[in-house]
Amino acid sequence: MSEAQESNYLENGHGFKSWFYTVDHKRIGVMYLWAIGVFFVLAAIASFLVRAEHLTPGQTIVSADTYNVLFTLHGAMMVFLFIVPGVAASFGNFLIPLMIGAKDVIFPKLNLYSFWLYLAGAAIFLIALAAPADTGWTFYTPYSIETGANVILITFGVFVLGFSSILTGINFIVTMHKLRAPGMTWDRLPLFCWAAYATSLLQVLATPVVGITLLLLIGERYFGLGFFDPAKGGDPVMFQHFFWFYSHPAVYIMILPAMGIISEIMPVFSRKPIFGYKAIAYSSLAIALISFLVWGHHMFVSGQSKLINIIFSVITYAVAVPTAIKVFNWLWTMYKGSIELSTAMLYSLAFIFLFTIGGLTGLFLGALAADVHLHDTYFVVAHMHYVMIGGTVFGFFAALHFWYPKMWGRMFDEFKAKIAFVLIFIGFNVVFFPQFIMGTLGMPRRYFNYAPEFQTFHQISTYGTWIIGVGFILMLWVLMRPLPGKAEGNPYDSLSLEWSMDSPPGTFNFDEIPTVTEPVYNYGTKIEAEE
Amino acid sequence: MDNNGGYKSLINIWLLLMFLTFITVWIAQFDFGALNVPIALLIASLKASVVALYFMHLKYEDGMTWIFATYPIFLLFLLIGFTVVDMFSRVIN
Repeated sequence: MSEAQESNYLENGHGFKSWFYTVDHKRIGVMYLWAIGVFFVLAAIASFLVRAEHLTPGQTIVSADTYNVLFTLHGAMMVFLFIVPGVAASFGNFLIPLMIGAKDVIFPKLNLYSFWLYLAGAAIFLIALAAPADTGWTFYTPYSIETGANVILITFGVFVLGFSSILTGINFIVTMHKLRAPGMTWDRLPLFCWAAYATSLLQVLATPVVGITLLLLIGERYFGLGFFDPAKGGDPVMFQHFFWFYSHPAVYIMILPAMGIISEIMPVFSRKPIFGYKAIAYSSLAIALISFLVWGHHMFVSGQSKLINIIFSVITYAVAVPTAIKVFNWLWTMYKGSIELSTAMLYSLAFIFLFTIGGLTGLFLGALAADVHLHDTYFVVAHMHYVMIGGTVFGFFAALHFWYPKMWGRMFDEFKAKIAFVLIFIGFNVVFFPQFIMGTLGMPRRYFNYAPEFQTFHQISTYGTWIIGVGFILMLWVLMRPLPGKAEGNPYDSLSLEWSMDSPPGTFNFDEIPTVTEPVYNYGTKIEAEE
Repeated sequence: MDNNGGYKSLINIWLLLMFLTFITVWIAQFDFGALNVPIALLIASLKASVVALYFMHLKYEDGMTWIFATYPIFLLFLLIGFTVVDMFSRVIN
């Protein structure tokens, strides 16, 4: 730690107020991390209960109504409280200023306000638990208008969370435009920042649409306005158009930051420059752009017209191109590299493997004829979880391990962390792979009961949750019990700016704003050798 | 306040907005049939554009700001366009 910054950011102030009123981007990032962690655990518990219910046909542990509430809570909490704000707000906040050579984000107070808004939205969610909704996280009309459950409170919570998301997005975009260090040109920007930039664009441009849509839904329930009611000249499918106009880009809000994480980890543990830097950077923007054009593929069996179905199906295939570019470039980065199988690298490799399965099965669903059979079956559930857990959550876990010494200044037990990884990886596949088979055989999603021939698949899937649960607990145990002694400033010999300072960083990050003179991924080159 | 024409320009814009508001109210007494909504939207869009250009300083900003400001309009047309195409091309059995 330099003389100018006598304490690191963790030691600069103690007590509740020093955290709750902080404008330090790193502390805000850490607070997001804890908050989303809590909701991840709550939502995961709901999913374990859902799976336990499916051990036998009919009622096993909860009633049908409770089952509907549980899968709604699981989906809504995971989507709106964990995975949408998750990686972007936590690691984005912590890392972006460090990576671009800035002392903070450009609007620190707005950043704190975003976090408070997140807490306010989350609090509304928790209050809504007293009378939870049973609509699923998609709030489809007409059921969401007609159900006696409390839909308004939870949708209002989502509305408030949306503001948090928009403000964070604006903050990151302006920060990356205005606060890059001298020499940190766009073509030297770390790929995590490119991914966060594309994510922020989506947050700013798409989130207002879901906000307005949910307000319309609230108006429909309170005042009977008729936007989605055919008897009053409205259209229930229009709700789906508006909802998915946000929620498909939101899929990329969830996955793009994780892709950025993988792009950071791959070259470090392959000791090679990232392959196709510009292709990966621009493919993030391409994904952000194309993601706005494909929302109708969620609605092939909704009564949407055949013409628009065909248009959306064709465009859906286009979004696979920039995604595949990233996957091929990550693989090529490893080719002939000096690969070190650290825990973070293992999660990254698992990301590529699982996300590719998730992505390719998405192409099945993008094909009109196949989607008619697979829509709203467990195939969709498996596809989504291979993308969201296999992709985003594995990327998130990779980041937790990779930047652990940077955030906390300590190391963790790699061996035990790898055991946790193995359990989580195996458990995940045991849970979700049988669901692909169930789906193709016709098992519908969100059904309390099922035909006896599906019981074996359901049981295997439920046993998988127990394996994954043990893995999660072990991972948390390992991360909560760091090894004694202080971590080195740069234990992985990374060339990124965030590793150029002590770990954990001082409150103001850099004593002097650095000048960047070389590309960020010069691993295994002459320049690295000289350094 | 730089490059925005000063307070005189802002007052003129405010007067223009008041005038357009008056037009909105005055025109409401006439029935243009199917054109009622498009005419109301046209006046509203004009007012919004003036606010964005002068009160929000878009007129004096660089190309990057213009891209950020106008891209959502493209997205709006996209959302409305695809939704309308769907509604008018459905076959009801």
